[in-house]
Amino acid sequence: MSAQPTALNRSWEEVRADFPILAQSINGHPLAYLDTAASAQMPQQVIDRLVWYHSTLHSNVHRGVHTLSQRATQAFEDVRLKVQQLLNAPSLKECIFTGGTTDAINLVAHSFGKAFLKQGDRVLLSALEHHANIVPWQRICEEVGAFIDVIPINDRGELLLDDLDELLTDRTRIVGVNHVSNALGTVNPIEEIIARAHARDIPVLIDGAQAVAHMQVDVQALDADFYAFSSHKLCGPTGIGVLYGKERWLEKMPPYRSGGDMILNVSWEGTTYNGLPHKFEAGTPSIAAGVGMGAAIDYLQELGFERIAAREAELLAKATERLGAIPGVRLIGTAEHKASVLSFDIEGVHPHDIGSILDSEGVAIRAGHHCAQPVMTRLGVPATARASFAFYNDDQDIDRLVAGIHSVKEIFGV
Amino acid sequence: MSDMRALYQEVILDHNRKPRNFGPLEGANRVAQGTNPLCGDNYTIYARVNDDNIVEAVSFEGSGCAISKAAASMMTTRIKGKKVESAEQLIEEFRAMLTGELDLQGDHSLGHLTVFEGVAQLPQRVKCAVLPWHAMHAALEGDDETSTEGDSDIWSKE
Repeated sequence: MSAQPTALNRSWEEVRADFPILAQSINGHPLAYLDTAASAQMPQQVIDRLVWYHSTLHSNVHRGVHTLSQRATQAFEDVRLKVQQLLNAPSLKECIFTGGTTDAINLVAHSFGKAFLKQGDRVLLSALEHHANIVPWQRICEEVGAFIDVIPINDRGELLLDDLDELLTDRTRIVGVNHVSNALGTVNPIEEIIARAHARDIPVLIDGAQAVAHMQVDVQALDADFYAFSSHKLCGPTGIGVLYGKERWLEKMPPYRSGGDMILNVSWEGTTYNGLPHKFEAGTPSIAAGVGMGAAIDYLQELGFERIAAREAELLAKATERLGAIPGVRLIGTAEHKASVLSFDIEGVHPHDIGSILDSEGVAIRAGHHCAQPVMTRLGVPATARASFAFYNDDQDIDRLVAGIHSVKEIFGV
Repeated sequence: MSDMRALYQEVILDHNRKPRNFGPLEGANRVAQGTNPLCGDNYTIYARVNDDNIVEAVSFEGSGCAISKAAASMMTTRIKGKKVESAEQLIEEFRAMLTGELDLQGDHSLGHLTVFEGVAQLPQRVKCAVLPWHAMHAALEGDDETSTEGDSDIWSKE
């Protein structure tokens, strides 16, 4: 294995140097990458692992008797073990590789939906959901004649659980909520939601895309029924993600996609399906991306989630204070419990223009509705500018963001 | 484009702050909506075309970035009073400028609209500037809805 172990207690400056992409210039300025909530950057350790995979053991998995295929299978299945440990999942059978969070939620919506959703049933989502945890449910609900209810939020972007017991109706079959809001950064009280849903025997799916790289997640402590995340939000490659699901649900759910790898035996008379987790893994997976995700998990675990969370909380607090002090800047999403996402707008300037001007100074942020249009509608804004921070950001990145915002204000005369 | 001051010229900022012909249009007989689902820009374009095929009046409403709003505002001031054919020609010239297909030194009738020339260097903003123009084209053609993510060839750079 070519990846170097990450020494404990390295300075944040040394950690930042692990990320080669951050060392470049954009539009004549050093890059300040503040779009981790869209996609986190990869450290050299992950890139090295990809090179190692591609240059020494690439071949197909679960198929060959030849040595390379066995090695590739071993490397890929080792990642499943890392995922199990990352989430503290009870069993490897409950850790399914998917194309990403969106793919994982589609799997649950369609497979769980086919098995358990009937006409007149209800699905409970939250007002903070990403489109990926809305649209798949709308499609299956339309197909079977079920309905969607929504847990509301307050103006700070916090879920209002006062009426949760009423929203958990006799016909509610599943609850879907994100662990952390991608648009506003709110950390949701999922423990309480899960406990109250379970009191009525309703399972809960957690969209963990924005959480898993920033905090220790323990699916057993949470008692989550399903937990989905993407490798690329975890400093790993794009194209792979994970669905954790409790075996008792997964066993009762029909296959989602079908093809090779998910079968035991195929004949023209009929097909028997493979057991978990392979029942839900049709076709050749993103093997290289999976191996890269394994390196990303190693990297984050060696840094330590407590240390990561503390670093990101420090960056968020500093950025919140600095941006909040700029006249005309309005922070959007001011929940008490937040991850390192800072949505804002500037009076008289559309977020899209903010994004372009910041980009011209090398500052990469997201501008738009963040695939969460219902959140924007609820808060009465067409879009926001969003800076999101990771442990590899530093004080200079915040300085550059602040300077960029002053340029925006100067150009627009506001 | 590294100097944003060259893009956000005063004329663009002025039309953004004080959009002309903003609001619904009484007696409109052509209406189209333009949306950019990626950033949420959303405009409705109104036109009143008379029996002589002249665009008597135009207006727009909606929300979006400074580039799209200024493009919409300046468009309304230029299209008003034009024959539909010349309006369509202006729309085509504007599109060609933003996709780098127009020789600005050659013959064209863009006039002040060349302030948007710099947008061509920002691929992710080209759609912002063209959005209201595309909607105007759709209105004049009689389509009532258009999107930057549609398959209409006006967006294609090929």
